[in-house]
Amino acid sequence: MNNELATQTRQDMLRRMIEIRITEEQIQELFLQNLIRGTTHLCIGQEACSIGVAWALQKGDTVTCTYRGHGHALALGMPIKDMMAEMMGKESGCCKGKGGSMHMTDASIGLLGANAIVGAQIPIAVGAALTSQVKKQGAVAVSFFGEGATNIGAFHESLNLAAIWKLPIIFCCENNLYGEYSAQHRTTPVTDIALRAESYAMPGVVVDGQDVEAVYAAAKEAVDRARNGGGPTLLEFKTYRYRGHSRTDTGPYRPEGELERWLERDPITILKDKMISDGQLDRSEFQEMNQATERLVHSAIEWAKEEPFPPLEALYADVYYEEETI
Amino acid sequence: MTEMTYREAVCKALADELRSDPDVIFFGEDVAEAGGVFKVTPGLYEEFGPDRVRDTPISEQAITGAALGSAITGLRPVVELMFADFVPVAMDQIVNQIAKYRYMSGGQFVVPLTIRSAQGGGNGFGTQHSQCAESWLMTAPGIKVVVPGTPTDAYGLLRGAIRENNPVYVLEHKGLYNLKEDVPDDTGPMELGKAIVRREGKDVTIVATQLMMHRSLEAAVKLALDGIEAEVIDLRSMVPLDKETILNSIAKTNHLVVVEESPHSAGWGGDIVSLAADAGIYWLDAPVKRVNMGQALIAYSPPLEDAALPNVDRIMAAVAEVLSS
Repeated sequence: MNNELATQTRQDMLRRMIEIRITEEQIQELFLQNLIRGTTHLCIGQEACSIGVAWALQKGDTVTCTYRGHGHALALGMPIKDMMAEMMGKESGCCKGKGGSMHMTDASIGLLGANAIVGAQIPIAVGAALTSQVKKQGAVAVSFFGEGATNIGAFHESLNLAAIWKLPIIFCCENNLYGEYSAQHRTTPVTDIALRAESYAMPGVVVDGQDVEAVYAAAKEAVDRARNGGGPTLLEFKTYRYRGHSRTDTGPYRPEGELERWLERDPITILKDKMISDGQLDRSEFQEMNQATERLVHSAIEWAKEEPFPPLEALYADVYYEEETI
Repeated sequence: MTEMTYREAVCKALADELRSDPDVIFFGEDVAEAGGVFKVTPGLYEEFGPDRVRDTPISEQAITGAALGSAITGLRPVVELMFADFVPVAMDQIVNQIAKYRYMSGGQFVVPLTIRSAQGGGNGFGTQHSQCAESWLMTAPGIKVVVPGTPTDAYGLLRGAIRENNPVYVLEHKGLYNLKEDVPDDTGPMELGKAIVRREGKDVTIVATQLMMHRSLEAAVKLALDGIEAEVIDLRSMVPLDKETILNSIAKTNHLVVVEESPHSAGWGGDIVSLAADAGIYWLDAPVKRVNMGQALIAYSPPLEDAALPNVDRIMAAVAEVLSS
């Protein structure tokens, strides 16, 4: 299948993958400077999954994702400023500073929330797909999760329910080979997570998660099927996280040479090289793209640093919706 | 007035909400074609169809998660988790997701969802099908919890819960499903968070809910024979808690007994005692008493189950104790 996209689309995808990469590299720096607290989970190396799926969606579609969710949020269009302010716990963050790194949420772009409980976001997306079906909205829901989440009950309950009700949902497994510190083969008896779709009588597709055009093509097919009443799909993107599970993890459990082998299949490099060989990009343009993105990210960081923290009254705000409807 | 059972009142509330608001949907295990394992919801599937009244697999996490996902995207779902003992199966969705979703998103979402379960002992269902769940749920700010004790409240509180733009857990007591009452025809959605004085009295305040409220009323009748006038407060809503009604009563009676169908440790009765100690201590003439299950679990054997649950005699004994000290 020829997955090649138009030049402009490729440029946009490339720029946005670079945006995710640089934003996350800077997030790590901010941690080292103690400007961000707690923990964070970087998706560096997995950028093609977020971008490829996001490009297959349209306005009105919804997404739930994981605590490794910066890439999903940026791919869907969250402004870097909103993310940086949220990372620093500022009032102008996307969740008014109450969510932090693991809870990037922006309903205006369809991002119903990143979730800090493994697998919990999956049934929530099932509910969003249910709304679309009941209200005949024609929207689809997407849930991102790692391969580790496919060993949790909520995953299986969600696929089963979505299949029974033929809901418009795409289950997107980003298989980065490690659930926290444990290699997949130590925790999971199948190599291809896509096999698990068979139990729920839905298509399961293994996709090269490092090739954004392959991700887009697979996502588009699944999205179109869901939108046309064809029910759910399980997509498995074979990918890799270059960094550890979370901020303090250096990944000592990786076999020697594994990271290096995956670096050779870097999603940004793959698309860049294709564009260069197709005459759609030259090296100086690529360099300029990187530098422009760096400036953008740095200005967002400098802006966020100056933003105020939420007032203490915010502590009790939004525990409940206050206005009664009766 | 229309005479109906508690069970029928729940069904009528659901039907009236489904009828008046196309965004209301209802799903759970065996609630549609079978009409519910407690036969609470017959006829809804036939009237409202398979799109809005749905049977689900036995998947409590998916049921509650899907309720949340549909609530934040424009529906007003009502879901049933059959027995309240299944609350822990779905505890992640209830406590980590549903209760916190609005807050941790900085108020981006309203979460208008209702979960219903049947709770309570006294029916021989054994250890894992007889518990009360309100104390578990009360540890999670963000969710409201109501506990109707009469057919009128079962109707009005459920409708109020469904109208509410917050997650509400409605705990029905399965020992009350056959209770009959004349329900006023003008009963509509009730505001949550209002307790009611079921019987007025001047000597001692008894705070209770559901089956324990009815046993407290029985105890009050017997106490009256001895000249003791007990005031019985039916909380109806655990969250929000109607502190004013409780404190007003303590101010009048100067004595407090709390009757809860719950283990003692971290049971909701502790909150009532804490309220009394904090805001009502100067009105109290005697130590307060909690009547509850202690550390007992509910056993299958009838005499053991009876002994686990507070009964009229234990309530009367607690009242006598606070009045004699």
